[in-house]
Amino acid sequence: MAHSAALSSEQYNYDIVKKFAITSIFWGILGMIAGVYIASELAWPFLNFDVAQITFGRLRPLHTSGVIFGFGGNALFATSYYVVQRTCQTRLAGGTFWPNFTFWGWNLSVLIAGLLYLQGYTQGREYAEPVWFIDLSITVVWVVYFLIFTVTLIKRNQPHIYVANWFYMSFILATALLHIFNNLAVPVSLTSATSYSLFSGAQDAMTQWWYGHNAVGFFLTAAFLGMMYYFVPKQAGRPVYSYRLSIIHFWALSFMYMWVGTHHLHWTAIPDWTSTLAATFSILLLMPSWGGMINGIMTLSGAWDKLRTDPIMMFMITALSFYGMSTFEGPMMSLKSVNALSHYTDWTVGHVHSGALGWVAMISIASFYHMIPRLWNTTLYSLQLVYTHFFLATIGTILYITALWVSGIGQGLMLRAFDEYGNLAYTFVETVAFMHGPLVARAVGGLFFLSGMLIMAYNIYMTITRAKQEENVSATAAAQA
Amino acid sequence: MLTDFWTWIMDLGNSKTVALLIFFTTFVGIVIYVYSSRKRSERLESYRYMPLMDEDEADKRVKAAEAARAKGEK
Repeated sequence: MAHSAALSSEQYNYDIVKKFAITSIFWGILGMIAGVYIASELAWPFLNFDVAQITFGRLRPLHTSGVIFGFGGNALFATSYYVVQRTCQTRLAGGTFWPNFTFWGWNLSVLIAGLLYLQGYTQGREYAEPVWFIDLSITVVWVVYFLIFTVTLIKRNQPHIYVANWFYMSFILATALLHIFNNLAVPVSLTSATSYSLFSGAQDAMTQWWYGHNAVGFFLTAAFLGMMYYFVPKQAGRPVYSYRLSIIHFWALSFMYMWVGTHHLHWTAIPDWTSTLAATFSILLLMPSWGGMINGIMTLSGAWDKLRTDPIMMFMITALSFYGMSTFEGPMMSLKSVNALSHYTDWTVGHVHSGALGWVAMISIASFYHMIPRLWNTTLYSLQLVYTHFFLATIGTILYITALWVSGIGQGLMLRAFDEYGNLAYTFVETVAFMHGPLVARAVGGLFFLSGMLIMAYNIYMTITRAKQEENVSATAAAQA
Repeated sequence: MLTDFWTWIMDLGNSKTVALLIFFTTFVGIVIYVYSSRKRSERLESYRYMPLMDEDEADKRVKAAEAARAKGEK
């Protein structure tokens, strides 16, 4: 049975949570500006302006690293440090130095990696673009993060480790494993940013996509499920629907995700059985994914009225709905026959964004709206702005993914169309011309989402400013008394 | 007999089958563990309330203010 005595806020290390939370919003805006710009470059290529540093190839990794590692990574550091302290009812391990070490180490690594991308320095491995010495610094930061999290769990004042922490721990362990093995490389020299991977050919591709998909599985899914399992019950004021289901959800997800990466390499030079295995496990993954989604949504069972009055809850339930939708779409796209149509088209990009914007970003945004007022011991500046943000984010995400369904499925169908003589019916450039309209709509969708983020930044800025004013007033009153 | 079994397990060609057997039986074991005993189920379900046990003054203040403002702003 769990104990119920909560520590007061002063006894938790909230300073580090505040730093990561604010930096996450900063990276979110920066990464999404880069995203909207490169989406616009695809619609209007003149935006390249013949400047190498701002071409699609260089800005794209800045966008992905900015939003995944900058926005998502900082959000995970912030919420994991917050959740582990509150559910273990103990202060974060490592004093003030080591948590700050993870903050500066992580953010400087992402920043330097981003600046190097613009200069053309990259490993050319999707989502693992940072060059070898940045990989080493990330490894050191990650080991410290693991130790801080583990020692905090060890010195907990609760007999049981809450399930959210299991998800965070699996994210930390799996990310360490993926990062180290996918980045095994030999530098050309100690003064060069260039390195050669330890793997080659089909093995290299399989290692990369073992990393790539598990980055989605453990960084962008498991960890954000940890967020969901704490913040949805907190915001709803109700316990999670089924704790036993959350245990099954955790283990099923952990066992299955590691097998599915090869579905990114259907119809290539890899052994056919690896493709079939990956597709099979992808289909099996639907069950734990939907089990988790149902567990999250049913937490609101008996309190559905909150969806009419609480915009933070609206963000959470919409995030879970997008999680359910993208974890249905993913297994479907992993089928070899569907993949033959969808691969190498914008359908894949749309699918990723239905998860990234709809699930990852929305659950992070909701968690921030819940957590930030509590960190500063105040209330949100404006709930009306949260409503506005919610509708901008939802419309933006829907516009984005529907535009890329049209673009991707359309292009896929055009590329496989034959005329009556058995020749290809369309040239590649004809498919590109067809995609112009949807690509414009996609850029507009991204702009909607970015606008919501700017509104959030303003709302959070005003919330913190007001908290500081309240603090000054109460300090003055206390001094006068 | 034991040597044959050990040789079969150590053969990399059988790694997929070995991994499948280990993971599948472990997972089935977890499912049985979680759902088989009523007493254990009650204990596990009691952990659902953990996030709600850390309510402090800041939580109460934010919740009360947001509920009041949600009513006012709608």
